[in-house]
Amino acid sequence: MTSPLVEIRGLEKRFDLSGSLLEQITFRNGRFQRRQEAVHAINGVDLQVHKGEALCVVGESGCGKSTVARTVMGLLSPSAGEVHYDGKRIDVLKGRDVLPYRRKMQMIFQNPYASLNPRMTIQQTLEEPIHFHHPELVRDEVRSKVQEVMQSVGIDPDWGSRFGHEFSGGQRQRIAIARALAVDPEFIVADEPISALDVSIQAQVLNLLMDAQETRNLTYLFITHDLAVVEHFGTRVAVMYLGRVCELADTKTLFAEPRHPYTQALLSAIPRLEDDRPSHIRLQGEVPTPVNLPSGCVFHGRCPYANERCRQEIPRLIATDGGAQVACHAVEEARL
Amino acid sequence: MKNNTPLLEVKDLDVRFAVRGGDLTALRGISFSLDKGERLGLVGESGAGKSVAAFSILNLIARPGYIAGGQILFDGRDLAAMSERELRKIRGNRIAMIFQDPMMTLNPVLSIGTQMVEAIKAHRRVSTKAAREIALGKLRKVQIPSPEKRLDQYPHELSGGMRQRVIIAIALLLEPEIIVADEPTTALDVTIQAEIMALLLDLCEQENVALMLITHDLGVVSQVTQRMLVMYSGRIIEQGPTREVINDAQHPYTQGLINALPQMGEPGARLFQIPGSMPSLKNVPSGCPFHPRCTFATDQCRKTMPEYVRSGNVDVACYEVSNLIEQEKQMQEAGS
Repeated sequence: MTSPLVEIRGLEKRFDLSGSLLEQITFRNGRFQRRQEAVHAINGVDLQVHKGEALCVVGESGCGKSTVARTVMGLLSPSAGEVHYDGKRIDVLKGRDVLPYRRKMQMIFQNPYASLNPRMTIQQTLEEPIHFHHPELVRDEVRSKVQEVMQSVGIDPDWGSRFGHEFSGGQRQRIAIARALAVDPEFIVADEPISALDVSIQAQVLNLLMDAQETRNLTYLFITHDLAVVEHFGTRVAVMYLGRVCELADTKTLFAEPRHPYTQALLSAIPRLEDDRPSHIRLQGEVPTPVNLPSGCVFHGRCPYANERCRQEIPRLIATDGGAQVACHAVEEARL
Repeated sequence: MKNNTPLLEVKDLDVRFAVRGGDLTALRGISFSLDKGERLGLVGESGAGKSVAAFSILNLIARPGYIAGGQILFDGRDLAAMSERELRKIRGNRIAMIFQDPMMTLNPVLSIGTQMVEAIKAHRRVSTKAAREIALGKLRKVQIPSPEKRLDQYPHELSGGMRQRVIIAIALLLEPEIIVADEPTTALDVTIQAEIMALLLDLCEQENVALMLITHDLGVVSQVTQRMLVMYSGRIIEQGPTREVINDAQHPYTQGLINALPQMGEPGARLFQIPGSMPSLKNVPSGCPFHPRCTFATDQCRKTMPEYVRSGNVDVACYEVSNLIEQEKQMQEAGS
């Protein structure tokens, strides 16, 4: 296989909760103590995104999927680990060196009501990234570029003088996609791009993303909590739980034969049209807080197959016969 | 046909909102019924009027909204014509409501126990001690771990799933005959959603409570309800037994909604998409409100709203469907 377009190695991200030095110090039992707390959002994630594929990252709230997206884009700097783009490490680049990557990598956000500047017309919104990344283009060239990109997402170019609030949610998301496409990126990070939309509009936007992928040869890192979308859209899927990848596989493999107990529970929880009753695997308890991570496997507290080893040793992603990579001692020991 | 009268019967309900520049019609000629212990799903996209329909059942439409016509018959009495005083005896007591966001419905400065006791004492003459006992029993019913402890906790100390369990416990406090649940799991993760939906379904069956479930998720409707209504632009366009509607949808909108789901398409193929989006209440199209997005639209559709026709056990408001039924009839007559 060729080298991946984007590669994440040993990525970790912590968000400090303890505040300034003074806030960290408490007086207890007759002595001063310093306490530091952090949210462990990502705890050692390795992912490779290959050219032309759509790698979907799924998981429930708080699993770190959006943090992965933002760290890859350079919107957050990793606490540890590396991000590589086309063989070059980009998380340490500064200033002008980042610019070419800012053009090649674009992002689409969840909420099109928040991601469009309400005081800019659509024309201005779409021209801005082109002006910034292609200062050499003259006005007419920029304008025709904007027209072309608006047409390609199904927005009438005559609407350029309107503002974001004049459009419906689906149209706004099309505009957000147009803004990402305007600078001819190679790689798009889409963070829950259809979660805020209605079912019939979701289909429109999903089709648009697939069309763009085909015509522009795009590579996607697609963040979502909606497994039905993943099954339809993704080439490969990474399932995350509490900041770790617990299973990574081809979409078909993952849906046909989920191996990790968490993946199995997650898949069984999708409400399907053919169901007459809920038929999900029951998990005990709830997701623990990422402030105090459980020891060993992060899932052990809710896993029906957990044993002593799971409580102590962190499982690594290991390739299985089916082609999936699973981080689970029970799968590794063939207990499951 | 049913020979006994239904528990709740809504007849020709019109709800309007008085705004500057004239009235907006949010619900137009809504008619449906709910039997004792029946589970009814109300499906539609944002702006279809699902929540207005749910609120109007408890006559909770706040100004500038008002009920402009029709009846809401509960136990032989018209809720639409009742005084606030009389309504208060029914709300929360005989008809309970569950809302989407549990953090918005629980009072953040009162403990769970206080809120539950308050609800009981508003309707029953019991001691605080006895009320706490009832509350405890209901918390056990919704399978909250260590319920005694929860009574003295505040909403922010609970997770989202736990809060929604508390809300369900509160809804059950006074043994209502109907629970109206407006998107009860939309704010929750899939695994939690599955748990909550299964719980709600079990409780309704055990206690023989009728459930009116408002949701945009057809999968959930399929799992939980026996009958469903599909709403579009303030009208019910199709209603019938859930299985029949989902397996053999008649209205082009319902068909489109189902086919637009990613789980219906072949992975990687383009999804079926309904063009355009739901009209705003400010300019509802003439005739059938779906006609601008419908592939079967004729002049008749553009001019007048179709009447309901029966196909199998399903009532549909669509000229295309009624024409097909008419043709079939003629063919049969010609055959015999």
